[in-house]
Amino acid sequence: MTVNKTETKAVGRRGFLKSASALAGGAAAATYAKSTLAASGDPAITELKDWNQYLGYGVDAQGYGVPSSFEEGTIRRWVPWLTASAESSVNFSPLYDLTGFVTPNGLHFERHHGGIAEINPAEHRLMLHGMVDKELVFTMDDIRRMPSESHFYFTECAANSGMEWRGAQLNSCQFTYGMVSTAQWTGVPLKWLLDYVGAKDGAKWILAEGADASGMTRTIPIEKARDDVLIAFAQNGEAIRPEQGYPLRLVVPGFEGNMSIKWLRRLELGDAPWMTREETSKYTDLLEDGRSRMFTWVQEAKSVITNPCPERPVDGKGQYKIEGLAWSGHGKIQRVDVSTDGGRNWQSARLHEPVLPKCMTRFEIPWDYQGGDALLVSRAMDETGYVQPSMTELQAVRGVNSIYHNNAMQTWLVNPSGEVENVRLG
Amino acid sequence: MSVSAKAPARAGGYLTVVVGAVVGLLVTAGVAGTEENGLAFGRAAAPEEIAAWDIDIRPDGVGLPPGSASAAGGEELFYERCAACHGEFGEGVDRWPVLMGGFDTLTEDRPEKTVGSYWPYTSTLWDYIHRAMPFGEAQSLTDDEVYAVSLYVLYLNDLVELDAVHDQDSFAAIEMPNADGFFMPDPRPDTPTDEPCMRACDVPTEIVGKARILDVTPDQEGEGTLE
Repeated sequence: MTVNKTETKAVGRRGFLKSASALAGGAAAATYAKSTLAASGDPAITELKDWNQYLGYGVDAQGYGVPSSFEEGTIRRWVPWLTASAESSVNFSPLYDLTGFVTPNGLHFERHHGGIAEINPAEHRLMLHGMVDKELVFTMDDIRRMPSESHFYFTECAANSGMEWRGAQLNSCQFTYGMVSTAQWTGVPLKWLLDYVGAKDGAKWILAEGADASGMTRTIPIEKARDDVLIAFAQNGEAIRPEQGYPLRLVVPGFEGNMSIKWLRRLELGDAPWMTREETSKYTDLLEDGRSRMFTWVQEAKSVITNPCPERPVDGKGQYKIEGLAWSGHGKIQRVDVSTDGGRNWQSARLHEPVLPKCMTRFEIPWDYQGGDALLVSRAMDETGYVQPSMTELQAVRGVNSIYHNNAMQTWLVNPSGEVENVRLG
Repeated sequence: MSVSAKAPARAGGYLTVVVGAVVGLLVTAGVAGTEENGLAFGRAAAPEEIAAWDIDIRPDGVGLPPGSASAAGGEELFYERCAACHGEFGEGVDRWPVLMGGFDTLTEDRPEKTVGSYWPYTSTLWDYIHRAMPFGEAQSLTDDEVYAVSLYVLYLNDLVELDAVHDQDSFAAIEMPNADGFFMPDPRPDTPTDEPCMRACDVPTEIVGKARILDVTPDQEGEGTLE
């Protein structure tokens, strides 16, 4: 609201300057000069633009900056038919509009189970209890005084690409892959907090609970909690956004996103898993024999070409680059191979530095598009030697009904008109 | 799947009795995390604070509050508070979750995962209804109402009798049909991890499906666009 008011004011001032110029008789002269110069050369160069001449907004225009109005198409989107309501739903990050590996906070994908909790940090508490020496309550001020660390980690919904098990369904990079994002998270290592409260020897599991209207809960194994889990209060240098769990969330690196409980208010230590709704009826992987895997936490290595893609077509023959993102919940991306013929021949792509564990890694490779059909595929490998599978390989062990953890290679068809389509090879 | 032997019942469980006695005074005095209370960070949680938030239920029944009800007692409540989304018979409205039926469909091409066909424990049902339902009015049901509605959902699945009264002990003991349908640990990686082929690989490259044909992708501008 403040920004809008300020904009109106600023535009008013600029309008005034224009009017003043016209009154001085400059308008006719400017028109003559522009039309003369435009007759030869690129008007982007030869024409005098408003921004070359008139003053822009001052430093008082925006208390919190926003992207250029020319980037208004760079937004999260959702699939209305996918879920019963927007409050228990997902939206998708526009991966093809991003560079590097950091997702801007306003474009980080969202997944809520009971809408966005809007919490006054002064009224937020974190409770640790159960099998601990000291059952304690912390304020946000307490948490900000504790030792902290900052790490870049990806977060991926377990159901990312979940609509694609049976075949190519959504003709979009955003809707097929956009439930993954990366941020630098700052917070207190959970290990430090567990030592502070004195976790008892028999404590094997931790129940994490959100303060939102779904009371989101997941059980986390204590080995992971002592490894790299963060109690995070900042995201890319600023307070965590409300939709990402403001003022406090868990960050469980490399594990399926729903375990990184947002709006975190409680951690209970116990000797057995709680078997919450989100780890029994949901986020379990149903196999063909009718049995289901549970506690399949890690997001295995995965990659996708973000450019070209259905939203970013090709404009005729010529020199392009193929680029995309790769990530692994087991550690660093070691290699990404790219094929332009559906997987018959491959070349290893160049990885953008830095390559960090459990973080998105950007890859790119030059591409001389000769026209005709091209089948673009990427294949990631991580430092454990894991190789991103084909859908045929995944289906062979999991069938088509497991919903979660589809990390199969994706094929984009570039057709002679330059359009790019989501296709399934077989 | 079995979990550990029964842990102490919730009422004042774990350390709360001991810690609570020591700490009650400090809480009343409003002492923050300072050296005054012997803690560099935070303060002791008061028993009533733990009781207010410690609402989770485990499959072994730990956490279930005392209470009793029958499915019959939950019938009206279900119609009033649940049926708008889940349907009068738990059949689900629009894309809201189906709660009943789907037995023996888990191996079928289109499995129907419902409370009856899929959920392994009654404790999860109680916990979830209590903490998150009705959708948008979380934690508005009393403990006895949660028992009643949970039992009614089980009744819709022919898992309890309409008039059978259950308390916290018998409720946790109700066996769910798919209780043995889950397993861990995670067996992955479950796909080939050999050094991958780089040249003239023998893979199918025929296009067998196109997303565009389905035409279910939201438009870039319009449907699916967020304001």
